[in-house]
Amino acid sequence: MIAPPKPDLVTVNIDGKEIAVPKGTNVIEAARLVNVDVPHYCYHPKLSIVGNCRMCLIEMGMPAVDPATKAPIMDPATGKQKINWIPRPQIGCGTNVSPGLHVKTTSPMVKDAREGVMEFLLINHPLDCPICDQAGECKLQEQSTGYGRGYSRFVEQKNVKPKRTQLGPRVTLDDERCILCSRCIRFSKEIAKDDVLGFVDRGSYSTLTCFPGKQLANNYSLNTVDICPVGALTSTDFRFKMRVWFLKQTNSIDTETSVGANTVVWSREGQIYRITPRRNDDVNDTWMPDSGRELFKALKAPDRLTSAETVDALVARAAEVFKQGPVAVVGSGRSSVEEQFLTKKLAAALKATTALVSRVGQGDKLLVSADKNPNVRGALVTGLIAALPSQKLTDLAASIDAGKVKVVVSVGEDLAAAGLTAAQLAKVAIVYLGTHANATSAAAKVVLPTLSVFEKNGTFVNQQFRLQKFAQAVPGPQGATNDLIVLAKLAAAAGATVASDLGSVWKLLAAEIPNLAPITYANLPETGLLLDATPFAALPFVEGETLHFKPAVAGAAVAAKA
Amino acid sequence: MAVITVERKPLTLAERTYLPQIVGGLMTTFRHLVAKKTTLEYPEQRPAIPAGYRGVPTLVRDPNGREKCVSCQLCEFVCPPKAIRITPGEVPADQTDRAHVEKGPQAFDIDMLRCIYCGLCQEVCPEEAIFLQNQFSMSGYTRAEMVNHKDKLYELGGTLPDQHYKWDKKLEAEKHGNAH
Ligand code: SF4
Ligand code: SF4
Ligand code: SF4
Ligand code: FES
Repeated sequence: MIAPPKPDLVTVNIDGKEIAVPKGTNVIEAARLVNVDVPHYCYHPKLSIVGNCRMCLIEMGMPAVDPATKAPIMDPATGKQKINWIPRPQIGCGTNVSPGLHVKTTSPMVKDAREGVMEFLLINHPLDCPICDQAGECKLQEQSTGYGRGYSRFVEQKNVKPKRTQLGPRVTLDDERCILCSRCIRFSKEIAKDDVLGFVDRGSYSTLTCFPGKQLANNYSLNTVDICPVGALTSTDFRFKMRVWFLKQTNSIDTETSVGANTVVWSREGQIYRITPRRNDDVNDTWMPDSGRELFKALKAPDRLTSAETVDALVARAAEVFKQGPVAVVGSGRSSVEEQFLTKKLAAALKATTALVSRVGQGDKLLVSADKNPNVRGALVTGLIAALPSQKLTDLAASIDAGKVKVVVSVGEDLAAAGLTAAQLAKVAIVYLGTHANATSAAAKVVLPTLSVFEKNGTFVNQQFRLQKFAQAVPGPQGATNDLIVLAKLAAAAGATVASDLGSVWKLLAAEIPNLAPITYANLPETGLLLDATPFAALPFVEGETLHFKPAVAGAAVAAKA
Repeated sequence: MAVITVERKPLTLAERTYLPQIVGGLMTTFRHLVAKKTTLEYPEQRPAIPAGYRGVPTLVRDPNGREKCVSCQLCEFVCPPKAIRITPGEVPADQTDRAHVEKGPQAFDIDMLRCIYCGLCQEVCPEEAIFLQNQFSMSGYTRAEMVNHKDKLYELGGTLPDQHYKWDKKLEAEKHGNAH
């Protein structure tokens, strides 16, 4: 016997292994904890349970007790309490653990049940694998290999259903492949709160469809593609682009807003093909907005900045510009923590004022927040700024007009969009670091092309003050240099020596910023680390409520006023 | 180490004259002079290729002249020296007899400097679209010339008989619809 479990734990026995699991866990999740795979289609950890695919059938039993005395009935053969096995299989997804529950997942009954379910799922399946985008990550493929009978006994004509239906601007539906698990329907109803999908017709003619006059067009529609266990729902953008088994997966962060949804970037040979969500139960569960999946398209945009000059030549020119007079540095809420730290070092070396540009938009209460900068809190933590940024650089504009600033260093910020007039831009010499061309880069004396989030390593601090890391998925274009190297070289030109590689920058960060003391880039967990937010508790952040985030009181008060 | 002394036998008279050996050798020469030729005047003459020969990999069309490859990229995956490179794409809707196949290769390259003629691509293909046929000699002046593009692959491949007409059956079923 194992030690008596804590009150909210329940001891169950799965394939002979005892494990204590929290109350309310279902058998699929409990089995996962002892590394037993219970195959399933319709069950999804973040959606309600419907139990309609029947793939997760298991055999279960409870310890026998005497009905009259409630005394345990012992099995004389083993000396243990007898188990009353239920004579027919039960669904694992819909069965929650109870004390003493016994489960068999490998018995002949379970094997038969799985083979039977697989056979029924496959009788009308079109066997489209050669042209199906899901091939390689398809549960139907995996489970027919693992649990199917291996050959077909079906000689009748298969059902015909609509193929290539456009459910919305981004999702294509092939009804013949649908196994009617209803995950997409439940997602639309429960998570996206946009109830547009449903089944029509009956029996084997059941067909998934959009309600008349409706479209699956919400900003979360592509999550249905991710959770569809088969190739019924596919992404119109990724359709027929590349086989998933060729793609390299790199963990990244959605930079759209301060939510910082965890993502996986799928690339092959330096080209990104798609972005999908990565599960983080404290940030984005298993979802991400559609808008964040298209960010990689900007990498190959025609307005991408590159330079034929070496970075040293560009830095030498920038050093000349620095001599023209007092400098102001405009940092960015889109830079990583490390870059903001080096921006601060650069500003200190140049004895410059620092500012940040805030971007505020509409939040959607799910995974898009009102703050369109992914890393304003990083700038606070690193000390690049002390107060929340505003949307317009009015102070800087006033200093330029007063002639107190002669040089502006902009880290990827379009000063024109931040409220500076063309006349004001013309009055100062601009050094611009960035990835894409804009009015500021056009007006700049020196343009230092840098890398996008997909081309470098780094960290962001999201709205929960969670430090999260992203990794390089693809190499940057020729003629663009890592932001850290550019900033370190600029700082060196201004007379300060700082490291330019991530490891050394983190040593500095840990030494100078107590909040980041025990952390290194390497030991930061993939799911992020919550930083101490108390020093910033009084700041009126702009975010409203989103998934797994409630604004602190100060922010809420401001939101209420606005 | 032990030393074994080998006794050298004295040569017989016949051996000392060398004549029997010369006569034997000449007999072989004369036999070949009159025997049927076993060499070929290559390249004017070409050998007969045995069945199952693994020559240059090619793409084939079905007897109705339609492309069979659906760009599933399994051959690209299986190819041990990574000789195959495919750009998949959608079949244009105006190809009425093939639009229902949905997927076909936009580009299909096989680098014959890499190919090791293993035949795995032919074995893995679920559509019976790629075959190593009788062509065995490839030459070119540049590396680029040694890459067979889609057009060349179809030109080399020609048409092979089809036992299944899988996609025609599919189209028929689609037209026929459900029983209910
Ligand atoms: S489309 Fe996919 S997710 Fe939706 S019911 Fe069918 S199989 Fe399930
Ligand atoms: S024959 Fe072998 S090496 Fe040549 S293309 Fe096919 S799989 Fe590749
Ligand atoms: S030749 Fe065959 S295996 Fe290769 S992509 Fe085409 S269909 Fe697939
Ligand atoms: S996963 Fe349990 S019935 Fe579908």
